[in-house]
Amino acid sequence: MSAYEAVIGLEVHAQLRTRTKIFCSCSTEFGREPNSNVCPVCTGMPGVLPVLNRRAVEYAVKMGLAVDCTVNPRSVFARKNYFYPDLPKAYQISQYELPLAEHGRLRIATNGDEKTIGITRIHMEEDAGKSIHSATENKSFVDLNRTGVPLIEIVSEPDLRSADEAVAYLKALRAILVYLEICDGNMEEGSFRCDANVSIRPKGALELGTRAELKNLNSFRHVHKAIEYEISRQAVLLVDGEKVTQETRLFDVDKGITVSMRGKEEAHDYRYFPDPDLVPLLIAPELLADMGRSIPELPQAREARFITEYGLPEAAAQTLTAEKDLADYFEAATRLYPEPQKVSNWILSDLLRELNQAKTAAVDSPLTPEHLAELLGMIDSGQISSRIAKQIFPDVFTTKASPQEIVERKGLAQISDTGTLEAVVDSILTANPKEVEAFKSGKTKLMGFFVGQVMRQTKGQANPDLVNKLIMEKLQ
Amino acid sequence: MSISTDDAAKVAGLARLNPAPEKITQFADQFNDILDYMQKLNELDTSGIEPLYTPVTHETVFRDDEVLKEYSREELLGNAPETDGNYFIVPRIVG
Ligand SMILES: [Zn+2]
Repeated sequence: MSAYEAVIGLEVHAQLRTRTKIFCSCSTEFGREPNSNVCPVCTGMPGVLPVLNRRAVEYAVKMGLAVDCTVNPRSVFARKNYFYPDLPKAYQISQYELPLAEHGRLRIATNGDEKTIGITRIHMEEDAGKSIHSATENKSFVDLNRTGVPLIEIVSEPDLRSADEAVAYLKALRAILVYLEICDGNMEEGSFRCDANVSIRPKGALELGTRAELKNLNSFRHVHKAIEYEISRQAVLLVDGEKVTQETRLFDVDKGITVSMRGKEEAHDYRYFPDPDLVPLLIAPELLADMGRSIPELPQAREARFITEYGLPEAAAQTLTAEKDLADYFEAATRLYPEPQKVSNWILSDLLRELNQAKTAAVDSPLTPEHLAELLGMIDSGQISSRIAKQIFPDVFTTKASPQEIVERKGLAQISDTGTLEAVVDSILTANPKEVEAFKSGKTKLMGFFVGQVMRQTKGQANPDLVNKLIMEKLQ
Repeated sequence: MSISTDDAAKVAGLARLNPAPEKITQFADQFNDILDYMQKLNELDTSGIEPLYTPVTHETVFRDDEVLKEYSREELLGNAPETDGNYFIVPRIVG
């Protein structure tokens, strides 16, 4: 493989989070009864006219600006013609010759190396519906709820050279979409989808090799696996003196390989032409300026700020800012408990573990920033040990009860009462005369043993500083 | 440029049409007549003139992002040749 380099370009489809479809007033709500979000326009009835959703345009413009594209003052919708029952008009309204935005770029970092990836274009289009194919009858069942949901397609330059870079690019792109609050970024539900064009060429060659288009990549892991597989598959072909065929290949999730769709797909001839139902889309300078002003701090800027403002290590800043709601969570908790490093540690270890287990996003976390701040405050005041705090963390998460409530309910408050602890210490020392003897003759390492015994007997509730102090006093 | 009967057959195929051979010849001839006429228009020097995408001159019309439901599912499915009350049912397509 080392004799070859991979050339990868990505096409990303992002569903825009508008309330209604791109060309009609139907709801875009996910998971409704089949065909309940449909109307004459999106079912392709004769004589209807599409009317463009202003918010969809605004969102697309925002994304264009966020990745440094030139937003074209005038773009044109075109018909992409093909037959499929979940596309009832027999054409998809898209943009072809004159897309909404062009010539953008995105900075990515892989293994410490920074690189800028070109963005060829961003255009607007409508999504297709969904079909279910009967296994027993000669029937397919068509649901048009998704037909006409607004999409932007973001096409990268073939600037990516490895699966790692491809995934870094996708993650950066997704983070921006989510930060802009224009796409929910959900890959499993298909609101963020990716096709990859992969080819290889001898290292140093300028000419591009023949590419394969990979589809069915619905997680970052799949994208990575499929690209790695495809690169090695093409390298084997070239080493054996065979040729790569230009074709579409599906990623087989179970086998971890890509499989040719040959035969299932005819050569495409979409016969694009300008859609006469829609006038050219003019972007007024005011709209462009408004959108520019509405762009919030983006993930890379926020990551840099987390490092300088909060003194967080780069890795922590990166993880915290990858998801907007997690970064918001961190900042909310830090406002209530201004020790960023501690807050970050608790989020990255305990909170992320619970969120992952419960498959919950930070924004929906039952353990709120207020809970976390309260918990950390209770450790500082000596009310509970950090061990108890770790222990009750999952309880707070599952019950939504405040840490204070849980500590009281379970009787977990730290024992800081000298009298009570003294009795425990005495009983431990009496029960272990040999160790006491050894300690007195210089084996001071046994301190840990005594503390451990006291902790065990008090189920971790003893105030460790006080226990240390008491044992020292007794043994001197 | 001229359109052969093969070209005409290909275009018919893309449109899922299966015309009789004599029709294919007729369509190819008609295509060529149209192209000849376009050729005549091409004699005009249009350099420096913006392509006209639409004869409509008004500006972009936007719609507000507000949900509106004007027809029930029953009404919309009512136009389908076959339905089970939930889905449009069509002859099976290979997925
Ligand atoms: Zn509709």
